[in-house]
Amino acid sequence: MADILKRNKALSVNPLKASQPIGGSLATLGFNRAMPMLHGSQGCTAFAKVFFVRHFREPIPLQSTAMDQASSVLGADENVIVGIKTIAEKSRPALITILTTGLSETQGADVHRNVREFREANPDFADVAVVAVNTPDFTGSVETGYAATLTEIIRSLVPDAKEAGTRPGRRRKQVNVLVSYLLTPGDLEALRDIFEQFQLRPVFVPDLSDSLDGCLTDEDFSPVTIGGTAISEMATLGDALATVVIGHSLAKAAELLAQKTGVPSYVFAHVYGLKATDDLIATLATLSGQSVPERIERQRRQLQDAMLDTHFMLGQLRVAVAADADLLGAFIDLLHEMGAEIVAAVTSCNTPTLVDLPIDCIKIGDLEDMEIIGKANKAQLVIGNSHAVDTAERLSVPILRAGFPLYDIIGGYQKTWVGYRGTRQTLFDLANLVINHSHEEIPVYHSIYGQKPSNEQAKSCH
Amino acid sequence: MKSTKDIAALLDEPACEHNKKEKSGCAKPKPGSAAGGCAFDGAQIALLPIADVAHIVHGPIACAGSSWDNRGTRSSGADLYRIGMTTDLTEQDIVMGRAEKRLFHAIKQAIDTYAPPAVFVYNTCVPALIGDDINAVCQSAQEHWGVPVVPIDCAGFYGTKNLGNRIAGDAMVKHVIGTRDPDPLPADSPIKIHDVNLVGEYNIAGEFWHVLPLLDELGLRVLCTLSGDARFREVQTMHKAEVNMMVCSKAMVNVARKLQQQYGTPWFEGSFYGITDTSQALRDFANALNDDDLTRRTEVLISREESRIRLALEPWKARLKDKRVLLFTGGVKSWSVISALQDLGMVVVATGTNKSTEEDKARIRELMGEETMMISDGSPKALLKVVHDYNADILIAGGRNMYTALKAKIPFLDINQEREFGYEGYQGMLELVRQLALTIESPVWQAVRAPAPWKIKEAA
Repeated sequence: MADILKRNKALSVNPLKASQPIGGSLATLGFNRAMPMLHGSQGCTAFAKVFFVRHFREPIPLQSTAMDQASSVLGADENVIVGIKTIAEKSRPALITILTTGLSETQGADVHRNVREFREANPDFADVAVVAVNTPDFTGSVETGYAATLTEIIRSLVPDAKEAGTRPGRRRKQVNVLVSYLLTPGDLEALRDIFEQFQLRPVFVPDLSDSLDGCLTDEDFSPVTIGGTAISEMATLGDALATVVIGHSLAKAAELLAQKTGVPSYVFAHVYGLKATDDLIATLATLSGQSVPERIERQRRQLQDAMLDTHFMLGQLRVAVAADADLLGAFIDLLHEMGAEIVAAVTSCNTPTLVDLPIDCIKIGDLEDMEIIGKANKAQLVIGNSHAVDTAERLSVPILRAGFPLYDIIGGYQKTWVGYRGTRQTLFDLANLVINHSHEEIPVYHSIYGQKPSNEQAKSCH
Repeated sequence: MKSTKDIAALLDEPACEHNKKEKSGCAKPKPGSAAGGCAFDGAQIALLPIADVAHIVHGPIACAGSSWDNRGTRSSGADLYRIGMTTDLTEQDIVMGRAEKRLFHAIKQAIDTYAPPAVFVYNTCVPALIGDDINAVCQSAQEHWGVPVVPIDCAGFYGTKNLGNRIAGDAMVKHVIGTRDPDPLPADSPIKIHDVNLVGEYNIAGEFWHVLPLLDELGLRVLCTLSGDARFREVQTMHKAEVNMMVCSKAMVNVARKLQQQYGTPWFEGSFYGITDTSQALRDFANALNDDDLTRRTEVLISREESRIRLALEPWKARLKDKRVLLFTGGVKSWSVISALQDLGMVVVATGTNKSTEEDKARIRELMGEETMMISDGSPKALLKVVHDYNADILIAGGRNMYTALKAKIPFLDINQEREFGYEGYQGMLELVRQLALTIESPVWQAVRAPAPWKIKEAA
């Protein structure tokens, strides 16, 4: 049980939080031939686009309803409808999401009605799925925006079992995998490999490993996402053997999917560390009815070996972590497993799952809070996004970059954290940061009787 | 919230040629097919480089959260501008009307923690819509805490990035410029010292430091660059300059015009990109200041620097000569960069004129000949077509087109704000050629364009 310390200052300094529309866009980008459209002023989209381009180093499809002074004051229904139509005509995507912003929500927009009106007036675009989601940036974070959008996409695109005639287990090898924002494209690739070793066919929802994995295609240019979960696949989720859910933030989405399809779900907080990976592997063994493949057994033993090698560096290590709830929980478990101490845990907004995290205290706040708490508690290492690099510098400690955004390194989006192999690499990375950073040493002592050459002797004090 | 009248007044900029043109560069964006930033974006970009000011973004998280800590611009000392500050408004603040109160306390917190010489408050869409009176809050905070607090009313929905630039400039003229006189000049200078300003110089990647030593040498004291590597106390003194240079962009042309109106300061437009333009800018300073000794010394410096850099560029020129460039940048840069490329013997096959005025276009024709291909459609598809049709060796454009080029396996050079290399001045040309050669001559193009060996066998 964690004490949640609420925000207690007027000014947020060096914000940790990324907004709900960012999260909603990210979820959308994991679907094939998709286009997110933010309902707000042009800047909402421009900033989000730059945010993603710097993180993924990829072109990012993202549109705007381009609200101006008149439509902000007088109503912007027309902007939404014209926006959908323009995108549908231009690129004929499989999915458009309409994500609200602080501006449109404050104005009182009703995007769900807008979508209905668009549908009625444009039957010829029936093949373009349009999903509206409330994602104002004055509440929540990238985590909640992502989860809300995934929930709405499931609500719109997964048919009820009764109507569609889907039956759990009809596809005996298919496992739906609902994945939280904390999983990178690299993580999804690693998970796919694990599932396939059990002769299971994972359907990731959404699948950023197929759309934002940094892949050079034959096409010169595409206005919408290339790759990602196919929209047609959503109709098959009801026939799956099981649904694996990774990330507590997806609880609502998972519940809805189970309700609609009757497919049993297995929920995991994350797949960081030995125990968490053990849980997943054991479940996959049960689901598939197969024994754990030798390759995976070997990777497990490699991880155990790495844990032995790195516990000297990571044991009692005082770590400051700044991350959204799912990711924070993952690091707490991983670090505890290694005997490290978390001396500062900061997250960007309150969520129902925070109190259950196994740590004394979590601060809702920003990177300045992490800096202050980290300093007071003598943190030796920082875990956070690229914004936290300056924080770590001021604390004179090394940083392990994780979360959103990662803009000062190349390939951060592709790093694999999960499973036995991902965990092993993370432990190596952490240990190397500790080894390579000058740690507290015993101060040199010069004997007053010493016979060292004169230029090495202690300077006499006057 | 700014009234429609205020916005119209800002859009009506007599010193900008767009004003008289039918086709405005600031056309109304269409929902579903819009690109580009908002007024807040433009205002923040214009002023954030003022390094010792506490920049507070008043709004919910998306505005500051997605944009703070942009490292393009560099400071020689103070680094408060790198600290992201926002009121991070919550639903409660908005519904219960607590946003103004939060802002007031936020200003105090910034002053208490960081003791800045001034606080800038950027208004955004949500507080503008719910009617927060940020002018009143700023004034009250200033009276309470005794530190200048400057309101910059730049809600995103007011308009484009360009409008935001102007709002920012307007706020400086209204609230900051003219509130302090410059420090006394050094008494023992052997040459006459003139005070000048540079407006629209952002010191991207520190590139202005290629130029500043030359201005120092000539006895041109830069009171302020608005806003690269600037300090609040420098902005305050801008009214005392003898001449203003508008650097390479019309974005804050309202500042130059208003300084002329209010203080009679003449201004000229110039660029530090390329040998020709850099020399021209230095000459324009000497002309405007009407100082024979300065003119003479300027010519000596130009001939020294030009011969030095031409010698250094010689080996690179051989490598880049006759390479074909597609240039796609807005407005003034479309001609100012052409001269830099032509200095290198490169061929500019086409250039973007999306935001250019008729005068910009006339200058392009003058530089490139009548047959020049001018592109107004900047969509990725259209750009790629021109690259292929005209056999371009490289696309030079803003960062947002980088992945358009890379995904189509075309060499690319980033010319806009976000870049990490400085190209200004004579010395900057060396960095420019290095970057051009680096991408054009890279072995990776062959590697990514060629099919896998088994694909060749299949085809045969």
